Amino acid sequence: MIYVVDYGLGNVQAFLTMFKRLGFAAASARSSTDLENATKIILPGVGAFDHAVELLNQSGMREQLEKRVLMDKVPLLGICVGMQLLANGSEEGQAPGLGWVPGRVRSFRSVEPSMHLPQPHMGWNDVTVDDASTIFANMVNPRFYFLHSYFFDCERPDNAIAHSSYGLDFTCAVRADNVYGVQFHPEKSHHFGTQLLKNFAEL
Amino acid sequence: MLRPRIIPCLLVQNNGLVKTVGFKSPKYVGDPINAVKIFNEKEADELIVLDIDATVKGAEPNFQMVAHLAAECRMPLCYGGGVRSVEQAKRIIGLGVEKVAISAAAVADPQLLTRIADAVGRQSVVAVLDVRKRTGLFSSGYEITTRNGNVSHKLDIIDFVKELERAGAGEIVINSVDRDGVMKGYDLKLAKDIREAVGIPLTFLGGAGSLGDIGELFKTCGVVGAAAGSLFVFKGQYRAVLINYPTQAQKDEIIRSSLHVC
Repeated sequence: MIYVVDYGLGNVQAFLTMFKRLGFAAASARSSTDLENATKIILPGVGAFDHAVELLNQSGMREQLEKRVLMDKVPLLGICVGMQLLANGSEEGQAPGLGWVPGRVRSFRSVEPSMHLPQPHMGWNDVTVDDASTIFANMVNPRFYFLHSYFFDCERPDNAIAHSSYGLDFTCAVRADNVYGVQFHPEKSHHFGTQLLKNFAEL
Repeated sequence: MLRPRIIPCLLVQNNGLVKTVGFKSPKYVGDPINAVKIFNEKEADELIVLDIDATVKGAEPNFQMVAHLAAECRMPLCYGGGVRSVEQAKRIIGLGVEKVAISAAAVADPQLLTRIADAVGRQSVVAVLDVRKRTGLFSSGYEITTRNGNVSHKLDIIDFVKELERAGAGEIVINSVDRDGVMKGYDLKLAKDIREAVGIPLTFLGGAGSLGDIGELFKTCGVVGAAAGSLFVFKGQYRAVLINYPTQAQKDEIIRSSLHVC
């Protein structure tokens, strides 16, 4: 069973609808007991980094999440701010991240102060896949929907599995063993998003 | 590259889908959920749903309808109508809507956007401005209106969009009242002036009568959102109701010819 972590942020229902359509059993996780039987975990998220960390800590699920992901090696997919939470920290706030994928979340403007492109980065952008063996399998010239001003700056290049470009090239998907993260919204990215979630469900 | 967005805008009244002309004479065109399903199949870039009753009636957003729309929608959704508090905005985002649109309440108090942005992140905060071109011998420029075009505000549009940007808007939708339903093209002059004034994403609504009109907007403003109502719900000169949307090939062609890329 796929569990979508419901800690008060992100589009839990959209993932459940999508997995139902794809024929995978999925439910929302609201307590650590729910996560006990998870074979896959989705960590959604929107909004500010510190707020997301705070809500995750308050949810009472963090410890169980760490156990399932780090000890039991259950595949987890972080989405948008849910992906950013996987980093060590973010320029957007002070709270430490989960630290499951080494790196720091940075803003386009701080990396490229002369950048004149509108912020946030909003809309459909092309994604260049660097590792097509897992969640990006079976896709030709994929495009996904982005809505963010901060991005994941990996410490180790081999954790970056896809990148995109908005004034600068940035990592838009990460992987460290069983931990995956994507900056864009697969649940809102039509057939490319559907394929990515199907790939994750079938890992 | 980041692509400009082509966005159907659906107006809701009494839980039905309607289309207006000049913000008046709403014509019933179908069921909103059904329309969402069709736009899912057509892989629309984004969707804007505006409840045109809520603010006028002083009603709360219809959260049940919003939840239903969000669950059905496989593309990013922006909901507006009757939103005037941080709590309402948080609840809407919590239902799985990507962006919440604020109009009358933002015109009355731009700082509301700051408070909502603090709660949900500015990327999810959209300000919608209903703009009417001043007509008459001694008047020029534009006025900002609220309550379905019935109330006018003495605000300079360029100054005000800058204020909304400073306050925390992640996107501004400029809705031309006098071009609503007319299908004779966007107000390109206004679009260009606003594009030059702010550094956040913009979407223009009102006037699109053909895919060529959308191309003209991209040619003028670059990567922005082109929203349309009538164009995507009517077909032919008799305005028969038929939900439609360009194919990927048509979209690529619009982008290629207007931006010379892709």
